[in-house]
Amino acid sequence: MAAVTTLLSTRGLSRHFGGLRAVENVDFDLPEGEIRALIGPNGAGKTTFVSMLCGRIPPSSGQIIFGGRDVTALPAHKRVQMGIAYTFQITSVFSALSVRENVELAVQRIYRASPAALRDESDALLGRVGLEGRSDQIAGDLAYGHQRLLEIAMGLGQNPRLLILDEPTQGLSDGEVQSFIRLIHEVARETTVLLIEHNIDVVMALAQKITVMNFGAIIAEGTPEEIRANEAVQAAYLGG
Amino acid sequence: MSRALTFHIGAIIVLAALQFILPVYHSGNLARIMVLAVYAMGYNVMFGYAGLLSLGHAMFFAVGMYGAGLSVRLFDMAAAPAFGTGIIASILFSLGVGLLALRTIGVAFMIVTLMFSQAIYLLILYFNPLTRGDEGFVIPRAVRQVAGFDLSDPTTRYFAALLLFAICLLGMVWLVRSRTGRVLIAIRENEERARMLGYDTWAHKLFAVVLSGTMSGAAGAAYGLLFGSIGASFAEVPFSILPLLYVLLGGPGTVIGPFVGTVFMFYLRDISSSFTDAHMLVAGVALVLLTMYARRGIMGVVRERWAKWLP
Repeated sequence: MAAVTTLLSTRGLSRHFGGLRAVENVDFDLPEGEIRALIGPNGAGKTTFVSMLCGRIPPSSGQIIFGGRDVTALPAHKRVQMGIAYTFQITSVFSALSVRENVELAVQRIYRASPAALRDESDALLGRVGLEGRSDQIAGDLAYGHQRLLEIAMGLGQNPRLLILDEPTQGLSDGEVQSFIRLIHEVARETTVLLIEHNIDVVMALAQKITVMNFGAIIAEGTPEEIRANEAVQAAYLGG
Repeated sequence: MSRALTFHIGAIIVLAALQFILPVYHSGNLARIMVLAVYAMGYNVMFGYAGLLSLGHAMFFAVGMYGAGLSVRLFDMAAAPAFGTGIIASILFSLGVGLLALRTIGVAFMIVTLMFSQAIYLLILYFNPLTRGDEGFVIPRAVRQVAGFDLSDPTTRYFAALLLFAICLLGMVWLVRSRTGRVLIAIRENEERARMLGYDTWAHKLFAVVLSGTMSGAAGAAYGLLFGSIGASFAEVPFSILPLLYVLLGGPGTVIGPFVGTVFMFYLRDISSSFTDAHMLVAGVALVLLTMYARRGIMGVVRERWAKWLP
């Protein structure tokens, strides 16, 4: 059996906002190549946790190791350059620019090529997420669900080692959710995926393992079957 | 050759031809406008592309102008090396301003630039024995010579101004379509997103400040050497507001916009002052109308309606 290397881990990771312990003492390990879902009730600290991973929020204490290197002190853009791509929970595209320009900005950092090649690469990516033929539209004019897809294309365009998706299927139609699931299966052949998701069907269809957070801490971790059977998880969701 | 490049080279050729067509009065104006347009283009790098609003750009103009002017006055430098000194002074000064001012954002950034500019103005007054303060000084005609060309001759002056303008204009066409230029636009549109695409937004903003300050400083140095007069009024607050007006009118984030805005403002003032003293009122009304009906400025509207390819 080939040894699975750990791509990302955290030790004692905490973030306090004043008296609020948004994330408290989290130890987390993510093996390379896995699709991991991060679930939990609203306010459980999921977005704060991944924001620390990608460097948008500095941790109050603890350590983040990515690809064998301590990245805790690195600024966000350096971590992104190392291969952590983050798609925003609240859609954050360049709304005054065209759809193609949005993707080109994601691609041009790693893909040193002629403008024509950059353009082709970007259009191909847009086709992959189901936005073909929309390259020349202004990103802000896209429907909300399509802006979510554009976010994903921008994430993929960076050819990341770790793709963090923060509630990617919010606002997508059922058909779009199905294509999204197919797309992530395909992406996961080359990329590790960390997915915050509320749609439990998406989680069950994609995740190899699930991590459950509540009140800033990890309360359970395991395969989808284990999590389904876990009493602590049921209590957290049902408030029991 | 792309349409954008053809258009801007065409504009330069038209300007060159205008020198032979226009009456002396207007070609004299146009020489001045081209230098002021370089000042505005520098302003546009920060405001129109990187989204950084400066209220103190006169400091960059003044540092370039006094960098060149004092080199002549105090060290008897010739025009060409004095111009070089002005540029070097502008690069170093804008680097320092960028390193300090970029620690702030938004309104604080505007205030910091305003205060720095005021400090430069007061320094010019304070060192009155060197700078001759408010009165300023004149660069004698004998010094304003470069390689046998007399910069005080109207035709030579026109083409010297055009040369500087053309270099900056084509440089901008190249920049805004380069990777760096596109990242600047990305920062203007959504800085957090740009950062999360792996771009060092702070370093890009610093680059924008240095390029902007250097272009504005080059305009200041050229103004002093071409027109011969150097004075503290070029460091005053109203002179910081001028490039903002030029760029707003002409179209922020367009390459040719600052020039169009400068022509517009210059002649608005020129024409209106022939029949009223209240020429600033006319300029104000024009600005109000523009912000109400054409918020993207003249060239911004042209780009939106007719020429999407315009950089």
